[in-house]
Amino acid sequence: MAIRRVGILGAGKVGIVLAGLALAAGYEVRISGSDSVEKIALTIKTLVPGAIASENTEVVANSDVVILAIPLSRYKNIDPTLLQGKLVIDAMNYWWETDGIREEVLDPTTTSSEQVQAYFKGATIVKTFNHMGYHNLQEEARPKGDAKRKALFVTGDDHDAVDQVAAFVDSMGFDTVVHYQMADGIMTEPGSPLFGASLRHDELKHTIDHFDQTDFGKQIADRMH
Amino acid sequence: MVDIEHLEFGLETFGDIVANEDGSLKTAAESIRQIVREGQMADELGLSVMGVGEHHRPDYSVSSPETVLAAIASVTKNIKLATAVTVLSSDDPVRVYERFATLDALSNGRAQVMLGRGSFTESFPLFGYDLTDYDDLFNEKLALYDQLRTEKPVTWSGKFRAALQDQEVYPKTEKGALETYIGIGGSPESIIRAVKFGYKVIIAIIGGQADRFKPYIDLYHAAAEQLGKPEFPIAVHSHGFIADDEDEAIEVAFKNIKANFDRIGLTRGWAPMSREQFDGETKVGSFYVGNPETVAQRMARTIDLLDLGRFDIVYGAGNQTAAQRERMIELYGTKVVPRVKEILAEKAATK
Repeated sequence: MAIRRVGILGAGKVGIVLAGLALAAGYEVRISGSDSVEKIALTIKTLVPGAIASENTEVVANSDVVILAIPLSRYKNIDPTLLQGKLVIDAMNYWWETDGIREEVLDPTTTSSEQVQAYFKGATIVKTFNHMGYHNLQEEARPKGDAKRKALFVTGDDHDAVDQVAAFVDSMGFDTVVHYQMADGIMTEPGSPLFGASLRHDELKHTIDHFDQTDFGKQIADRMH
Repeated sequence: MVDIEHLEFGLETFGDIVANEDGSLKTAAESIRQIVREGQMADELGLSVMGVGEHHRPDYSVSSPETVLAAIASVTKNIKLATAVTVLSSDDPVRVYERFATLDALSNGRAQVMLGRGSFTESFPLFGYDLTDYDDLFNEKLALYDQLRTEKPVTWSGKFRAALQDQEVYPKTEKGALETYIGIGGSPESIIRAVKFGYKVIIAIIGGQADRFKPYIDLYHAAAEQLGKPEFPIAVHSHGFIADDEDEAIEVAFKNIKANFDRIGLTRGWAPMSREQFDGETKVGSFYVGNPETVAQRMARTIDLLDLGRFDIVYGAGNQTAAQRERMIELYGTKVVPRVKEILAEKAATK
């Protein structure tokens, strides 16, 4: 199914930037925040004119892909059945300053996106848009083939869903490095040399391909054994 | 249109530890005394505001900014004395009021409160607060502060502090209210909140191009109009470094700002700053670095683009020497500020 309509849950800094990119790429965009439609209407109209401010249920019902752009500690405020059967992009990370103590939010033996997938059982989750700073996302989206184009890591367990999201990311202005394993999302979490970095395709691919040689990669390996 | 005559230029420091000429570090105590000296310089140079941040970490010297500002008050005449910022979420609004009202008395009405949620979190466990209450803490304490600011008896109750019943808080200020800003990082929610309280707004632009904030400033004005709240010229704060020589400025800034950002990134999980990132920030982004002409041109562009009423440069990031810091302040006051006004006047004439 071709993606034509984009739904964004979260009207904060990341949600607003992604809404702007999606509008610029020609998608129909709906966005919801933690406040009522009435409360976010002015924000949406001013910051991303053309996007439709809506409630979660409306956003999800009218979108071909749904992006989770809320603090990780709040995803459980969403009814897990709401995303039943949906293609969902997880743009979230564990971030201790807003999410609190890791052990209270996350099972330490697994990664954040695996837990998001476990919670939204009926949805197909793909992780991306999580490791580049929101102002880099906003300022560095470029057309395909541009020598300065930056790249994003895209990963998930469902092969077709990952490919579909990778094509979507490309349409939003970024090259992609693709994996087909949700657990690899840890490579772009806070602490990784990729978190907060803004890299071209070859640079991103090089770090991903040699991840076990990075300090963070070594720490993760130690944690798992 | 920028009101050049009333445009304010400020300096802010986070209280970074000052370096000796041989690269070794001065003590926190020496670094604090250096800030007092710099505040005095800023006043003599006719700058509008001196802001001092609050941190509770080994790499910053100031945890009690009002005390430092009180010392600056005693050696200055005109400059406003601000915190940059007061982390209200982990403070007691009653104490905040008392400290600033005292500073206001000592400085003949020059105290300026800048309230924020802070970008660091050390103060939360230190003062017994839970980070998961981040939003609730700020909202509740801001509401109490807003009542205290009326300087009338306060009756209040909330989750995070003992209730107040018809309580007077002292000393009263001579002007009847403390000048108050809310410092924000640019989330739409923060802008709407500042509008609702009717406070002035200072935006921290610490990454990326100033251009992306234009819609946010439109949002501030649109929300003020919709809610029938007062509108003030927006203030911005960004990092900067100025030296006589362009290349020297860039090298000193790269070394120090990178060291500063990377050290913070280590505990917060972001990647070290690359030279490409730094150059981007310096050429078109949020670092105002270079010789006086370069910095003046870039500041004038931002002030004009965002229609600002005030621009504060954050100085001293990393471990700079006293000579580097003082020369920067001197160049800022004597060369950059007059040049920015000149450029803006030229722009206004061609409009």
